[in-house]
Amino acid sequence: MTIAETLAALNERFASLASSEFRGQTRVVAPAESLYDALELLKNCCGFDLLVDITCVDYLRYRGAKERFGLVYLLANTQSNERLTIRTPLDAAEPMVRSVVGLWAAANWLEREVWDMFGIRFAGHPDLRRILLPEEFTAFPLRKDYPLQGLGERHNFPIIRRAES
Amino acid sequence: MAVVELPDNVAITRLDHLVSWCRKNSLWPMPFATACCGIELMATGASRHDIARFGAEVFRFSPRQCDLMIVAGRVVMKMLPVLQRIWLQMPEPKWCISMGACASTGGVFDTYCVVQGIDRFLPVDMYTPGCPPRPEQLIQSIIDLQEKIQREGTIFGREFEAPSRQRPKRALQDTGP
Repeated sequence: MTIAETLAALNERFASLASSEFRGQTRVVAPAESLYDALELLKNCCGFDLLVDITCVDYLRYRGAKERFGLVYLLANTQSNERLTIRTPLDAAEPMVRSVVGLWAAANWLEREVWDMFGIRFAGHPDLRRILLPEEFTAFPLRKDYPLQGLGERHNFPIIRRAES
Repeated sequence: MAVVELPDNVAITRLDHLVSWCRKNSLWPMPFATACCGIELMATGASRHDIARFGAEVFRFSPRQCDLMIVAGRVVMKMLPVLQRIWLQMPEPKWCISMGACASTGGVFDTYCVVQGIDRFLPVDMYTPGCPPRPEQLIQSIIDLQEKIQREGTIFGREFEAPSRQRPKRALQDTGP
């Protein structure tokens, strides 16, 4: 199944999916409510058997941006050697999408990382904990409203002096 | 005043000096290497620079067998509790070399997760500048530390209880916005 056939299948199922192409790479914008169904269709019917990455972009203070977050799924079809990018705009105080761990097991850690860094919840994830940062961390550091030097977390340790060690 | 000739195999010194002389010439480093400084640390231990010339070639990966911790590289929030635990596990007397810009100040990594100098949370004896320092610089630090041990060292470690060692070296302040 080629990219054109995949896009045709997506457009047949979902009425208004915007897609574009840049330097031979195809991107599809799926709204959050049809994201899971689109990914399921791509996995089960279009042969995209490899989830390469899940990542996110914070568009706070980005010129011309309407939504706060852009959630990005990078898929690959190992049979036809084709790739597809799915973007989902998210705009909520506590954004939440459905987890795709049931489709690709690789999504487990990827979704945990997105939760860790951007605070996007994945409903139905089996174990949504922080993966990179310490568990007691309370902020989401890759959000643009988080200061680069942090909120003092890096100074929050006991001081060991000579007399105590 | 009567001058007493000592036999050839007899010397007179203070016990503190003798113990410090033994300690300074048999430093056992704990390589806490987290970044590119660790590569230079390995080069220092290898044959070309040969840290064995200074009695410090016995790198041990168990803190229980070490008395010199060489922190080589940046230390992040998740690593600092590990670093502190390893420091506490080392037996006395012990010394610490902060190797390179990142271990000493955080270096260019002025971000939310990188500790801005291990001396904020640990006692440090020697700072080695450089990014990363060349092996010669690390060897210079070891030589300086040896001089310090010889100069200040006491058999029961009284020098570690001096009040000047207990002050934090820099003001601890939040550098947030």
